[in-house]
Amino acid sequence: MARASWQETSQRGDWVNRLIEFVGKLSQFGSRVIVALFRRPFEAGQMVRQLAEAGSRSLPLVVASGFALGTVMTLHTRSTLVAFGAGALIPTVQALAFFVEIGPLVAALLLAGRVGSGIGAVLANMRATEQIDSIESLSIDSFKFLVVPRVVACVLALPLLTLFMDFSGLLGGYLSEFMASRISFHLYITRAFADLEWSNFIAPTIKTTVFGFIIGTVSSFFGYTTNEGAHGVGKAATNSVVVSSLLIILADVILIKCIFFAFPESAL
Amino acid sequence: MNSEARAAVAFENVSKAFGPKQVLRNVSFELPAGETLCILGRSGTGKSVTLKLLISLLKPDEGKIWIEQDEITRLKETDLSKVRRKMGFLFQDAALFDSYTLYENLALPLRRLTEKTQEEIDSIVDSVLGQVGLSGDKAKMPAALSGGMRKRAGLARALVLEPRILLADEPSSGLDRITASEIDELLLRQKVERQMTTIVVTHDVHGARRVGDRFAVFDKGDLIAFGTSSDIERSDHETARKLISEH
Repeated sequence: MARASWQETSQRGDWVNRLIEFVGKLSQFGSRVIVALFRRPFEAGQMVRQLAEAGSRSLPLVVASGFALGTVMTLHTRSTLVAFGAGALIPTVQALAFFVEIGPLVAALLLAGRVGSGIGAVLANMRATEQIDSIESLSIDSFKFLVVPRVVACVLALPLLTLFMDFSGLLGGYLSEFMASRISFHLYITRAFADLEWSNFIAPTIKTTVFGFIIGTVSSFFGYTTNEGAHGVGKAATNSVVVSSLLIILADVILIKCIFFAFPESAL
Repeated sequence: MNSEARAAVAFENVSKAFGPKQVLRNVSFELPAGETLCILGRSGTGKSVTLKLLISLLKPDEGKIWIEQDEITRLKETDLSKVRRKMGFLFQDAALFDSYTLYENLALPLRRLTEKTQEEIDSIVDSVLGQVGLSGDKAKMPAALSGGMRKRAGLARALVLEPRILLADEPSSGLDRITASEIDELLLRQKVERQMTTIVVTHDVHGARRVGDRFAVFDKGDLIAFGTSSDIERSDHETARKLISEH
């Protein structure tokens, strides 16, 4: 009995050690990205290439999801708000929900799924097929060439994708409301932005740069550091999505507290 | 160190282990400039590790590695880049960048590491692809190339910066006898035309005898024989004699 208990404690200790080791390695990897970002060469060509991959190719998914989510949200909230005589607040609720939380969070989770898994799988495949070694053998810094542009692309693309998510959500909400009440587009937009402060819009959109950094860094970490051959490709893709999504949600909680501290008026 | 100054490549008591597994043990050899060394041995005896140590993709646990006048085990990354530029590496599966066309694969190192104009880059890429018989394939993606074409493309990329030392990891593996012979022919031509120092890791004894001036035989991490084919045939080690034998 005592032996079993000791084994359990030992296993728990191993798990904690591995977690601490993982956090340490990931932090070191993230710091290396930040340092490499300010060193020449700046890999502009690679950044444009990755920005197209992370940004424009994710746009249809983000717009379609935002539109569907906006439509569904209005369908769900409408009956309750109308029952309390607050039907006129539907556009305001929709705008606040999307600009403050739904837009940034859902866009980040979608990017983690589409781009994060891709980064993890591509880099792991490059490691398994010696492409990363071949870049090094050509005297090219593989970290700067492969990792930094991907992280920068995620950081730049996510705020823009969030804006598309916000506005397509609003459009979906308008369509849903128009079908029910025949509200004019002008009135819907006027009501939607009537109670929206700049702090409700700017701070949550800027926080998505942090989410982008998390997606780019975590996904690149799993892909770039794998050494498990073909088996590591699938594992890197899965781990990239799972860990990125988890860290995005955790970071969201912390960033919301920071935003409330910096902009007390945005704390509803 | 007179002999080291003349040698293009030298290993001095190099050891390397991965965890508990000792992959290389106290390996020493020298290869004069312009010669071709073929490394033979059974699988998992440290042949490919030797190549990766030479280009500093791996660091030895002990010992020194000389590339011409430079001892590379203690070099900083910036100095190491200069040494790597003297070398070209043909990887076992070619390791072409699969999101780039064949042209882009060859143009990338020229764009990154030289001051050449676009016209010069186009001309060099065309010329190197011509040498390996892939002139008409430069717009193709690596996935669209056959095994032999990929090897030739990998060789073209290794040669594009005109290295003085060529490292080739199993250049004929997975190829039929005729295609393997074409690759050997290309290696021989580089040696003759450019007086290039070449180190080839191979299991193909027939090909090794064609291209090699010297042979190194590894067994369980030890360099058990080094010399010309006649030296290896007279070696005390039965494994070395068996490996160099074509029968």
